[in-house]
Amino acid sequence: MKVLVPVKRVIDYNVKARVKPDQTGVDLANVKMSMNPFCEIAVEEAVRMKENGVADEVVAVSIGPEKAQEQLRQALAMGADRAILVKTDAPVEPLAVAKILKAIVEQEGPELVILGKQAIDDDSNQTGQMLAALLGWPQGTFASKVEKDGAAVKVTREIDGGLQTVALEAPAVVTTDLRLNEPRYASLPNIMKAKKKPLDVKEPGDFGVDITPRLSVVKVAEPPKREAGVKVESVAELVSKLKSEAGVL
Amino acid sequence: MAVLVIAEHDNATLSDATAKVVSAATKIGGDVDVLVAGKGAGGVAEAAAKIEGVRKVLHADGDALEHRLAEALEALIVPLMDGYDAMLAAASTTGKNFAPRVAAKLDVMQISEIVAVEAPDTFVRPIYAGNAFMTVTSSDAKKIITVRTTTFAAAGDGGSASVETIDPPAGPTKSSFVGEELSKSDRPDLGAAKIVVSGGRALQSSENFEKLIEPLADQLGAAVGASRAAVDAGYISNNHQVGQTGKIVAPELYIAIGISGAIQHLAGMKDSKVIVAINKDEDAPIFQVADYGLVADLYKAIPELQDELAKVGFAKV
Repeated sequence: MKVLVPVKRVIDYNVKARVKPDQTGVDLANVKMSMNPFCEIAVEEAVRMKENGVADEVVAVSIGPEKAQEQLRQALAMGADRAILVKTDAPVEPLAVAKILKAIVEQEGPELVILGKQAIDDDSNQTGQMLAALLGWPQGTFASKVEKDGAAVKVTREIDGGLQTVALEAPAVVTTDLRLNEPRYASLPNIMKAKKKPLDVKEPGDFGVDITPRLSVVKVAEPPKREAGVKVESVAELVSKLKSEAGVL
Repeated sequence: MAVLVIAEHDNATLSDATAKVVSAATKIGGDVDVLVAGKGAGGVAEAAAKIEGVRKVLHADGDALEHRLAEALEALIVPLMDGYDAMLAAASTTGKNFAPRVAAKLDVMQISEIVAVEAPDTFVRPIYAGNAFMTVTSSDAKKIITVRTTTFAAAGDGGSASVETIDPPAGPTKSSFVGEELSKSDRPDLGAAKIVVSGGRALQSSENFEKLIEPLADQLGAAVGASRAAVDAGYISNNHQVGQTGKIVAPELYIAIGISGAIQHLAGMKDSKVIVAINKDEDAPIFQVADYGLVADLYKAIPELQDELAKVGFAKV
């Protein structure tokens, strides 16, 4: 089985995003960029499938700037076999990403697409579901467990009330939640090996996809600020303040 | 202008998230209809008809809709959208699951987790774990939107809409329900509770969660929350996680105990009315958003807090 793993280059998980003073967006100049954490989990899951003999090839794909090659090389170092970069400096919305991925799926013919449930930059949580709909495939979103069960893929999903398990007729789309696995760190020899693995560079136009945004950004502003309050000296003072001052007890 | 709201429910009870989504829909304007898709969900449809501002309720009932899987909801909703200019759903795990499928089928870019309606085509949504608020205008003919329900007040319950039965989608789809493990709890729902008591990694074990956090929550009639670190460590199940990728809560009182206050946790609770932080590290980032901070060892502070609360009328349970 071939597995396709789309990954996204985003602001590093540990960096606090700062809004630009002119309110046109978030300042990404000289900010550390990394692979989106949910995408790392997706790569890890695909690589484990290969190691367990469930998958025979893992193809990583990213849609983004030239520098997204760094994230693809990381995926290759983690164990993906080859990579495709769809290069563009323009912002690409989830709908357009899903359309490009659909075209890649049609060329590559994977039985499973595993991707992160959301990217920590725009927090949309849409791409996997949109891809599944465009392909007419079933989906298992927010996965905490993925098992191949004959021709079906069994996915345990993290839902609001607990866990739900669904069976999907392959080919299918799976999106990852945090507890699916703990991604490995690539070893130095594997990082060196990854440099020699194939990485194709394409452009959105190669797939005939119009990436013109549907949403126009009016402004990006700081969230309403929450001021730090007071430190209390004792539990008794805390309860008394909650009762008389805050009025929440 | 007509807006379709997709009801949030479990076949037996209508979630109050629905009335909040109706309130967001009313801000867009036009007629607001509610779709109840489920199995044996007649009572839910009747409850939805009582939400103020609703013109009519569409009720689709059938086996395919019992668990509201995304594929079945897509098949049901996409044809209905011929008659609507916008679709709104709660940004729950159900809404997040099906709404993008509907959007993709309609060739529309979804607007996720809105917190405000500025105009019928302009919305505000948090990005970067709530560290920025983006205002966007959609050029799509139809709007597909999920709503962060904590920021909208529920619509009233004085309505008397009619209920119209519609056909469920034809099955079978390529996905099927296998089973679920839902946490059974007498405590209030995390998303709806007035008070939330949350624990972090400092609790050190699931036993301590049970011995310290849960009795305090029960004393206050509160829901139990947790940081991602505590969930990852296995101290408590995933459905208690508060944060960017867990639940977003905004109770009257949020008590964070042994939680350092990582960006992604703050994203899930900083709209709470009053925040209390108890942490032994006085430099913990949680104190920067807390209204009341107490630098203390939680193993001492929680029993003391229980005693003090008992004195002001919250009996220990």
